[in-house]
Amino acid sequence: MTGVTIFVGILIIISAIFAVEAKKMLDSFIALSLMSLLTVFLFVIMKAPDVAITEAAVGAGLATAVLVLALNKMGGDSQ
Amino acid sequence: MVYYIAFILIGVGIYGFLTQKNLFKHLVSLTIVDTAVNIFIISLGYIEGKEAPIYSKYTPIANFVDPLPQALVLTAIVIGVGTLALGASLLIKVYEKYGTLDVEQIATKEAEE
Amino acid sequence: MRRFISIVIVFGLIMFFINTLSLLPKYGSVNISKVSEAYIDKNVNGNGGNVKYNESESLENGAANVVTSIVVDYRSFDTLGEVTVLFTAALGVSLVLNGIRRKKYGRRPNFILRVSVGILLPLIILFGTYIFIHGHLTPGGGFPGGTIIAAGILLLYLSNEEFDLSKTPKFVEGISGSLYIVTGLVGLAIAGVFLINFLPTGIVGDLFSAGIVPIVYILIGFKVGAELSGIVADLHREG
Repeated sequence: MTGVTIFVGILIIISAIFAVEAKKMLDSFIALSLMSLLTVFLFVIMKAPDVAITEAAVGAGLATAVLVLALNKMGGDSQ
Repeated sequence: MVYYIAFILIGVGIYGFLTQKNLFKHLVSLTIVDTAVNIFIISLGYIEGKEAPIYSKYTPIANFVDPLPQALVLTAIVIGVGTLALGASLLIKVYEKYGTLDVEQIATKEAEE
Repeated sequence: MRRFISIVIVFGLIMFFINTLSLLPKYGSVNISKVSEAYIDKNVNGNGGNVKYNESESLENGAANVVTSIVVDYRSFDTLGEVTVLFTAALGVSLVLNGIRRKKYGRRPNFILRVSVGILLPLIILFGTYIFIHGHLTPGGGFPGGTIIAAGILLLYLSNEEFDLSKTPKFVEGISGSLYIVTGLVGLAIAGVFLINFLPTGIVGDLFSAGIVPIVYILIGFKVGAELSGIVADLHREG
């Protein structure tokens, strides 16, 4: 289990750094969504299925949708 | 182990907050810190070799990890998306007023007025 | 330069955090606290203990999912506050954006999206409902269930140009929020404590068990679903 934890942890950190540093806003949101999905793995490993199901529904689904809709309202990736 | 992941993620979030100029990136950084804190709180309740805190056919008697941190985080995640939406709607208004989301450009436009 | 200074600051912060690790228990060998012990054994009032699946009957809280029993029963007042925070956030979104008309994308959504939403939407709504009705037995509950239903509403918005939930979210949200407080007040009238579990709790593991826990979780599911759908609807308005 430790190996899986370290592997998923490194992936989470890489996607977080990409989310912060990405040039295009849409790339950043997708990386954020990926980070949330990988966090679900970590929650399942730590025996927290309730939190995992909530994070999967919120982080990968609705939070990304809210951010993309807000970006769309400002006229796309132009800033 | 998971402690280190959570700490580094908090660090990445704060790094984004300090270096990026786009306000949207600040929102993304805040979300990263939010997730990191959730991971940290859950990891404080994990006990090696115990099961998820649900009575079922396979775990008929109590041999569970600490359920209290999970209960706290469960609501915090949903509130996180609520505040994220509020922040995004505020950014929409900022963009309507200044035409940009760059912190420095907003500061110069504010100084001109 | 700015990047360098930021990296130094962040590095110092992480070092500070790592130094505090000596105060924390080692990962994976945390001592379970007395409070959590009481929650797991359903022994807060001192008349529970030794819960067994499908056998123990009439405990102070019959939910098989211990996390649910904490969120909706033992710390229900806390949850009421959190739902209020979510309500305030949704209210803030609709106040800040104050759109009137439904935003049109100006082109017809493509065929695959329209057809697959027609097939998937009932399944998504059914899954969300299942998640919050079985919140006291399986992982899940009102919070994820409501979020899944809001995701279904989002699909409906994306696939249909004419669809608009005008006042429905506010209505559903207000009704379910008030019913939550009414449930609490009924407990206050019957047993003298706000939000107490006043119904019979049944056998651990049955669908009809755990007293008011499923009722409150269904109300929370409707409330969270309505609030998040309201946020999605507000982001689709303009004018």
